[in-house]
Amino acid sequence: MTNEEIKQSVTALFPGVAYDETGEFLNILINSTELRPLIKALRSNKEFSFDYLFCLTCIDWKTHLTMVYHLLSKTHRHNIVVKAKIADVNNPEIETVCDIWKTANFHEREVFDLFGVKFLHHPDMRRILLDENWDGYPLRKNYVDENMIKI
Amino acid sequence: MSLLGEDIVTEEGEFVVNIGPQHPSTHGVLHLKVWLDGETIKKIQPHLGYIHRSIEKMSESLSYRNFIYATSRMDYLSAHINNQACALCVEKGLQIEATPRAQVIRILFGELTRLQSHLLWWGCTGLDLGAVTPFFYAFREREAIMDIFEETCGARLTQNYCVPGGVMADIHPNFQNRVKSTLKQIKSKFDEYDELLSGNVIFEMRTKGVGYLSPEDAISFGCTGATARGSGVSCDIRKWFPYDGYEKVAFKEILGQGGDCYARYMVRMAEMKESVYIIEQLIDNIPEGDFQAKTKMVLKLPKGEFYQRVETARGELGVYIVSDGAASPYRIKYRSPNFSNLSALETMAKGSKIGDLVAIMSTIDLVIPDVDR
Repeated sequence: MTNEEIKQSVTALFPGVAYDETGEFLNILINSTELRPLIKALRSNKEFSFDYLFCLTCIDWKTHLTMVYHLLSKTHRHNIVVKAKIADVNNPEIETVCDIWKTANFHEREVFDLFGVKFLHHPDMRRILLDENWDGYPLRKNYVDENMIKI
Repeated sequence: MSLLGEDIVTEEGEFVVNIGPQHPSTHGVLHLKVWLDGETIKKIQPHLGYIHRSIEKMSESLSYRNFIYATSRMDYLSAHINNQACALCVEKGLQIEATPRAQVIRILFGELTRLQSHLLWWGCTGLDLGAVTPFFYAFREREAIMDIFEETCGARLTQNYCVPGGVMADIHPNFQNRVKSTLKQIKSKFDEYDELLSGNVIFEMRTKGVGYLSPEDAISFGCTGATARGSGVSCDIRKWFPYDGYEKVAFKEILGQGGDCYARYMVRMAEMKESVYIIEQLIDNIPEGDFQAKTKMVLKLPKGEFYQRVETARGELGVYIVSDGAASPYRIKYRSPNFSNLSALETMAKGSKIGDLVAIMSTIDLVIPDVDR
């Protein structure tokens, strides 16, 4: 499917979503609460069948956080990016997608570890790279480490 | 909850064994916590982060020229291809292309990197499964490739040869002759490798039917590289999304059958031959011209997001740059192949014997610094 066709089909299912086409991929912009139904449709609808989540990450924009899901369909060979805005910076939460793509399990733990985003209904929400007793979330822009020396 | 403070026998009578972080078969500082019923694996929990350096955080304060060099330390066996991915991503942002000469040099170096990485893997797989000789055989050929790297760019392992717009320096005058003679040597040894290990009865018994990964799981776990291709999943980025002129080169994507350790082994063995084939096509056809496109002293990417994926020796590496228009990236994410491949380990190893775990780990071909970043 071309980007335009994907856009039409997604709009038919979810009339409210916004798009951003400035980059390489077609971006679907949503709020964190609207994630599950959209993601489920993208994975299971035959015309989309995005079966491969090739990148899952988070961006800290200081005023809000953005979860970014890069998706590829192995059968149709088309890409899409879903961006979910998390407005609450102090207590960020979003639904997990690790029951849909198993790779999300590790990647969500990484985001939790480095950004502090809590994934609801994740089976194993622990830090993955840092120590369990680590204070703060290093990839957040407001993170301060007292031991860090500025040269 | 400390690891040492826990009971080593659970209530169900399962025995908990810690493998690593200092265990030779983990090829680095990987720590696996394994739950065993007798010798059968019930559950595996990888504990990561022993070599986490937060390269992503570090890159946020480095310039677009400098952050590339940190990536050599991720998957150090594919150092050149990591650099290439970053250079390509910056080029995408700047909307420039590497010069034709630089593109061919990059492919040549990339394939030599793949070759030396697979050779090291082949030697280590033998070593892990109790055959010491392959290690020496593999290193004999690998040394010749490392010498080629050293001659052109001064480094053997972490080359740092790619820069945005091309490569840092021109190839050594001796490069072409040396590559040709090395290829000749390696090609004559492939049969020897097969005789020594591939057809070995003990080796076949230890790898055939062990560590099965279904194609559906391979995609769902985001496995790439030979780990996924062993299950018959097509995922070669050089074919799917060609970069640096791979579309002009003839080569086959190797797909395995069976999804077991032996299939993954055979995929990598065949990939080595494909790499040799690619180098043979290009070595006499390096275009004349500049080895580097002209770029500004200080690089600034326009506001936006750029994603570049390449095929390293282990699978798909993704570089995701978010730029706010400044001289260093606002956010950078490395989607490393090993991190996703490792997440499938439990599925592959569940129900196997603990001895098979070593065979499974060595055919995933883990490089731990790439997992931890």
